[in-house]
Amino acid sequence: MVDFPILTYTIFIPLIGAAVVMFLPKERLNAVRWTSLFFSFVPMLLTFWITWDYFFNFSGTADFYYTEGPVSWIAPINVYYHLGVDGISVPMLFLTGLLSFLSILSSFNIVNRVKEYFVFFLLLEAGMLGVFCALDFFLFYVFWEVMLVPMYFLIGVWGGPRKEYAAIKFFLYTLFGSIFMLVAILILYFGSEPSTLSIPELINSAPTFLTHGMQLLCFAFFFVGFAIKVPVWPFHTWLPDAHVEAPTAVSVILAGVLLKMGTYGMLRISWPMFPDAVKFFSIPIAILGLIAIIYGALVSMAQKDLKKLVAYSSVSHMGYCMLALGAFTSVTAITGCMFQMISHGLITGALFLLVGVLYDRAHTREIAAFGGIGAKLPVYTGLMVLFSMASLGLPGMSGFVSEFMVFVGSFTSGIVWFKLITALAVLGVVLTAGYMLRMVQRVFLGEFNTAKWGGLTEINAREVITVAPLAVLTIAIGFFPAPLSNMMKATIENLVQLIAR
Amino acid sequence: MMMAYLALAAILFAIGIFGVLTRRNAIGILMSLELMFNAVNINLVTFNKFIAPEGLTGQIFAIFVVVVAAAEAVVGLAIVLLLYRNWKGVDIDNINIMKW
Amino acid sequence: MLETAYLIPVYPLFAFTVIIFFTRWNEKLSSAISIGAILIGLVHSVGVLLALISRHGLPYEVSVPFIQHPKILLEVGMWIDPLTAVMLVVVAIVSSCVQVYSLGYMHGDPRWSRYFSYLSLFTFSMLGLVISNNFFMIFMFWELVGLTSYLLIGFWFEKKTASDAGKKAFITNRIGDFGFIIGIILLFAYAGTANYQEVFAKVSAGAISPGMLTAIGILLFCGAVGKSAQFPLHVWLPDAMEGPTPVSALIHAATMVAAGVYMVARGMTVFAGSAEASTVIAVIGLITSFMAATIALTQVDIKRVLAYSTCSQLGYMIMALGLYGVDYAHHHHSVGYYAGTFHLMTHAFFKALLFLGAGSVIHAVHTNDIFEMGGLRKKMNITSITFLIACLSISGIPPFSGFFSKDEIVVASSTHPFFFVGTLLIAFMTAFYMFRLYFLTFEGSPRNQHKYDHAHESPTSMTLPLIVLGFLSIFAGWTGLPFEWFGLTGFSHFVYHGELAEHHPSYLLMAISVVVGGSGILFSYLIYKRKAWSSEAIKAKVLPIQKFLFNKWYIDELYEATIIQPTLTLARKLWWFDASVIDGMVNFAGWFTVKWADAKELFDKYIIDGAVNGIGHVCMAGSFFLRFIQTGKVQFYALVIIVTSVAVVLYKVTPQGAIIYLVLALIVGGVGLLSRLARPERAETD
Repeated sequence: MVDFPILTYTIFIPLIGAAVVMFLPKERLNAVRWTSLFFSFVPMLLTFWITWDYFFNFSGTADFYYTEGPVSWIAPINVYYHLGVDGISVPMLFLTGLLSFLSILSSFNIVNRVKEYFVFFLLLEAGMLGVFCALDFFLFYVFWEVMLVPMYFLIGVWGGPRKEYAAIKFFLYTLFGSIFMLVAILILYFGSEPSTLSIPELINSAPTFLTHGMQLLCFAFFFVGFAIKVPVWPFHTWLPDAHVEAPTAVSVILAGVLLKMGTYGMLRISWPMFPDAVKFFSIPIAILGLIAIIYGALVSMAQKDLKKLVAYSSVSHMGYCMLALGAFTSVTAITGCMFQMISHGLITGALFLLVGVLYDRAHTREIAAFGGIGAKLPVYTGLMVLFSMASLGLPGMSGFVSEFMVFVGSFTSGIVWFKLITALAVLGVVLTAGYMLRMVQRVFLGEFNTAKWGGLTEINAREVITVAPLAVLTIAIGFFPAPLSNMMKATIENLVQLIAR
Repeated sequence: MMMAYLALAAILFAIGIFGVLTRRNAIGILMSLELMFNAVNINLVTFNKFIAPEGLTGQIFAIFVVVVAAAEAVVGLAIVLLLYRNWKGVDIDNINIMKW
Repeated sequence: MLETAYLIPVYPLFAFTVIIFFTRWNEKLSSAISIGAILIGLVHSVGVLLALISRHGLPYEVSVPFIQHPKILLEVGMWIDPLTAVMLVVVAIVSSCVQVYSLGYMHGDPRWSRYFSYLSLFTFSMLGLVISNNFFMIFMFWELVGLTSYLLIGFWFEKKTASDAGKKAFITNRIGDFGFIIGIILLFAYAGTANYQEVFAKVSAGAISPGMLTAIGILLFCGAVGKSAQFPLHVWLPDAMEGPTPVSALIHAATMVAAGVYMVARGMTVFAGSAEASTVIAVIGLITSFMAATIALTQVDIKRVLAYSTCSQLGYMIMALGLYGVDYAHHHHSVGYYAGTFHLMTHAFFKALLFLGAGSVIHAVHTNDIFEMGGLRKKMNITSITFLIACLSISGIPPFSGFFSKDEIVVASSTHPFFFVGTLLIAFMTAFYMFRLYFLTFEGSPRNQHKYDHAHESPTSMTLPLIVLGFLSIFAGWTGLPFEWFGLTGFSHFVYHGELAEHHPSYLLMAISVVVGGSGILFSYLIYKRKAWSSEAIKAKVLPIQKFLFNKWYIDELYEATIIQPTLTLARKLWWFDASVIDGMVNFAGWFTVKWADAKELFDKYIIDGAVNGIGHVCMAGSFFLRFIQTGKVQFYALVIIVTSVAVVLYKVTPQGAIIYLVLALIVGGVGLLSRLARPERAETD
């Protein structure tokens, strides 16, 4: 098994799938659907196997595993094909594999241009998996941009009424950020001696050849690129538009995986590569996180559209990640950040799936239009309440573990201002409870309007299957967080040491 | 002695050029061309005889030219025939489709 | 028994899981599983209590790591000491009674199975909360009981008031938890652990500075303020009465709301480490107790009277614990700890009884308004007798259990004159409003004949728990007798904090307490039973005060105006800000780019493209003249070739000559060309 290039297979099987689907006759919808499902199922199994194997064999160390390459790819500019995973990318791979599969499963009700949809989706999956495995800047950047294109079409073709606006906004905004990233990559390439694009090498050497000012500049450039993806306040406004207009499965991917790429990029690249800059910017970053937490929660409270509420809750939840990233000295905070990324992926993914289920039936997402749905759809309501509770950080579910670790970690990080910032951030927990419960009450509780919603049908088996794994994982991580934290521990400890340089 | 041969060739060549530039009739132009070939042939044989008599290169070349000239005359006459069919005449002043 | 005590919460968790996933469709089986699980839990709890008694209260602890990090260890485990054991038994007993009672009360409810699964989930969380061995774990269960409370308050969610109440309870509790979380984080930061015993050791060793200890104490207490409905977060508890009555009995009277008191008792070492924190606790307890008692005087909803009474009694316990902390910090001897925890236990029984009794009444007359009741004693014998027992108990009349615990609270407050007066005043009011409730409900003549006629005694499933709790309301207090009894020492020798100290009963204080309670009952009797004074007349005399109290001191209105509406307004303002300012900037950037592009297009069209076209035009103009060379005449081309070849050869010989030759050739050629142009085209040959 050692020589088996598992990461390459994981990344390229969806790509092959996209090619295969392209050659299927487009009238045969079921063939297209099941083929796509198969080609996302295989990489999911591979990511599961990687997680399993990594957990049992490599958890204790901080190195990269399943490395492939470096194989020279574009020799004149020292580009190598170099893949590998460590403790922070393995959980992300797991999440991506799982959510892609579930999203494709939940996309079976797409009726318009089915073939193209699945081709784009598989292409998207390949891009996402690639980003989490790439160890070479060029490769990283290629995968990063490869994701954008299918995403643009998925929103722009299969989206809601304002899809063109949302798709263009998403595309341009993200591209705007990645241009800055590209400039920073070039600075690193020309600064290093000999010129290299290898991420592990640059992590070692970047602090030595960059001057303080250059570090700050590169950090800022990378930060713009990643922050737009996260999205960090005030770069967040593309998110609600994209989420509201995107089809359900795309929202799931967007919230579950794409947002994580921003924080993943920070952890993988910016933080270890520019330790001085992290120290310099730590408090502003935490303050941005704090603003996102409070501001996102308050804006969620004012939403009238169910999906927009969940979208703004993402802004709030990703704020916890930023707060934790600011507290760079604390292993607990960074672990909390990783937990938050995973748990947000699970919980918000599930919430979007569930909102999609309701939208498919009611053709509206207006919170005020509903009421008392709980009497008619008990199972659906149960799931929705479960995930709302998870989202507001109820103990026994993953959201609580992550928020608590973020709080404890950032409070004990030893940076003075963090005590105040953390204390204020805890207020977010109250506000989250406020908007989530308001939503639950107005949609599910109260008098049931039989005349209007009498025709609603209960969530069906396929839809339950799409959210059930997420529910199980949310609760499992909530009760047994130790395996996940052990898996990431060595990597994160190493990371914290790198930042402390 | 050589000069006389060369002078002959030069005169012949000049007559040929004059014919090519001034004849209106395409057949006349072809005939003038034949004169120019033969001027060259005289030159080749002359140089072989007076400058490198140990080999036969010049004479062989002359024979080549004769052969090529024959082929060229065939192609040229074929073109003239086609011109005649299309323009009902072989006066090349009328054949000016390459004008701007 | 002790080693397997962790199973006690697991039984109801198991019941919950089985009901939700498998037996939801079979109502009878679901309730049987739920009740079976809690009965097993009850037996196990009693076993644990006996085991602990047999080892003279020696605590037992087990823990496993939850998440381990170099600096932070989150763990789960159990800590069983006498307080835990007593609470386990209390929770299990009340829970069993309530579940059996629910068989009758919830009869015919369409969501029956779900109701029992929620009750099981609640019992699991509450037992887990009690058995926890650290602040982190108690917080987890703390939130879970909050969740089940939310689900059960809003159980009849079709009612707007019920869903509102559930939401209010959850959010209000979250506000308290906000402090609680920060308190726990501070513990992690300054004590490095959340484990009770390790924290206490650090506190006792003086490892935490006094100022920080005060902060930690007050922040942790915030959690208790939320959960135990203390001022200023008490507002959710009365509203929580929208839930089914057995739920009110279990959660909002006997167990969950006691969690705050339990937590204060459990973390006493932390609170008592700071006189300031303890003072805050005692004062909050007193304010709550007093305020709730005054409000209870005027309420007309039977459950709301009981809710405010719960609030008031919880305040009582909190105050006793706070006073203990103050005394402890000043190295004075105090019975406050014993009084608070003992009252926690006795109160659980008699308050559960009161609620279940009230539920029985509501079940019979289908109204909550006590002015629609009256004379029900004749129709509902068991309910009225047990209700009377509970009223006597809460009023502190010997030999009922409340007397023993309440008396200790009076003793504890006796060294603090201000609190002492408050305590007695509250005791008086408590006796008064409880008997007002009793007389209006069960005595006198029916005020609503129609409802009275349809009233009937409740089924056995409901009266049986009443009887059991009635027994406990009498005898549970006897464990507080300060002497050995059948070889067992009293409560005060079993549950204590710090060093075991002897308590000497003060007969004077006992007498005062009984007299105060008795006079409350007497006044109530005179007004509501004998009608010696008209209650209406008294009400008319103090109308402004009555109005103030009836409207609950206008605290809800205050919060609505100062917190809720401003928050919602802020939310809307921020949303506007987000959509127009931040997004406006993004859209402006887009718009600006487009406009910029438009401007660029003009530039492009006239300048850049102009230049390109200009070159084109120049070429066109040049070619207009040059094209005349292209005569299309093969002979002309041949002439040019020959002239040029001659020029090249000539250049080799004499460059100047070549140039002259070329100029001449051009002139001749040009003249010839022009002359050809001037000549008219010859007609095409036919």
